[in-house]
Parts: sequence; C-alpha cells; structure tokens
Amino acid sequence: MIRVQQQDFDIGEEIDRLRAGRTDIGAIVSFTGTVRDTAKGAPVTSMTLEHYPGMTEKELERIEAEANARWPLHASLIVHRTGRMTPGENIVLVVTASASRGAAFEAAEFLMDYLKTDAPFWKKEEGPDGGGWVDARDSDDAARKRWSAQDKAAE
Amino acid sequence: MTVKLLYFAWVREKTGLGEESVDLPGEVKTVADLIGWLKARGPEYEAAFEQSDVIRTALDQTHVSHDAKIAQAREIAFFPPVTGG
Repeated sequence: MIRVQQQDFDIGEEIDRLRAGRTDIGAIVSFTGTVRDTAKGAPVTSMTLEHYPGMTEKELERIEAEANARWPLHASLIVHRTGRMTPGENIVLVVTASASRGAAFEAAEFLMDYLKTDAPFWKKEEGPDGGGWVDARDSDDAARKRWSAQDKAAE
Repeated sequence: MTVKLLYFAWVREKTGLGEESVDLPGEVKTVADLIGWLKARGPEYEAAFEQSDVIRTALDQTHVSHDAKIAQAREIAFFPPVTGG
C-alpha cells in the first residue's frame, strides 16, 4: 500500500495495522527518513516537500509492485509526507514484511533506493543563512543502479 | 495540438508558473524540440531551461528522455532531478 499525506504518521500504528491478523509473517523491516538539522554544514530550520500529485502515487505504486515481483513479500507499505516540516520530524516510512528476514531487508532497501531516484518529490531547505532546493546526489543514482547490476549478474 | 505543461521546484520558480496550456506548433515533435521552443518564449523560460540537460521530463506522468516523441501526450511536466525520501 502507498500513501502521500501532509500529516505525520505513527510508526508503531502503521506496523500494527500491516501485521494485524497475520500469522504467516516472520520478519518485519521498517525504514524511517527524518528531517536533519544540518545540510552540508549549514543549519536547517525547516524543509518543504513539493510533489507531482498523480504521478507521485503512480510511481510509488510501480516501485512497490516491482519490489513485490522481486521478493516474496507478505505485505509492504510506503508513506511519504509533503509540505513543511521541521528537524526531527518524519518524512518517509517504508515497511516490508516477509516469512524470513532476507527478503524484507533487501526489499526495504530497494524501495528506498528507487523512491529516491524515481518518485517526483523535491526538497527545499531553509535556514538562518537562507536556503534552497536540495541537489540530487550521484550516490543515490549509484545505489539504484546496483539493483540492475545484480540482475545482470544473475542472468 | 493543445497540451498542459507543468513545472515543479526551481523550474516552476524560474518560469513563474505552476502550469499552463499551450498550442504546440507542428514542428515540435520531441521533448528536446519543446524545450527549444519554450526557451524562445521569453527570458524567464530561457532561465528555467538554461541547463536543459539536468531537467527531467514526464509525458502523461511517465519519466522519459529528451529524445522522446511527444506524440499524443496531453500532460508534459518539467522538473529538476528528484530529491524525495
């Protein structure tokens, strides 16, 4: 399941809902991304997340479907916030559940790597010295590419 | 052909518009053609598309490269590399 929302989420509640009534799950992995108070050494006082309504949901659904095709997941969840946030607040939650830990760990990392490069979100940071749009990082592209390199190696 | 153009993040700030409808001339066949055509529309577009190689495009909400044909797309979006997560 995927959700894009302004309001905060409760990690415990989200996981409880995902596993409710299920006894086939043996492993649950969660990743939470939060707002940091510094960027490249400069203080950050707030962050605003813009997105492309419609395409964002389509991309998140596509990424989630791809993870479910690659790994035997019993459940998965992506929640991403938009709007203005302050340091310490939650930005994104990814939860994966499977029979044993391998699939859940790998799928959670895959979901985050693909989300970082494919989902149409943009961060703008503000601080006492001004602010600006966050630049995309080459390391995120590299993190995504290693999944397709693994496919080639497996062929 | 009338298409809806959408701009996000600093592309939106530089054009000064979130979205607009435009009639595309017949010679605009690809995304690269469209960027070239937009750049000639005024200084704000020229500024927004100055570093056109970093700008990403989606046709009807699907990522495409600049050599993609616009064909029957109804919604064309321009934005910087994404930075969610």
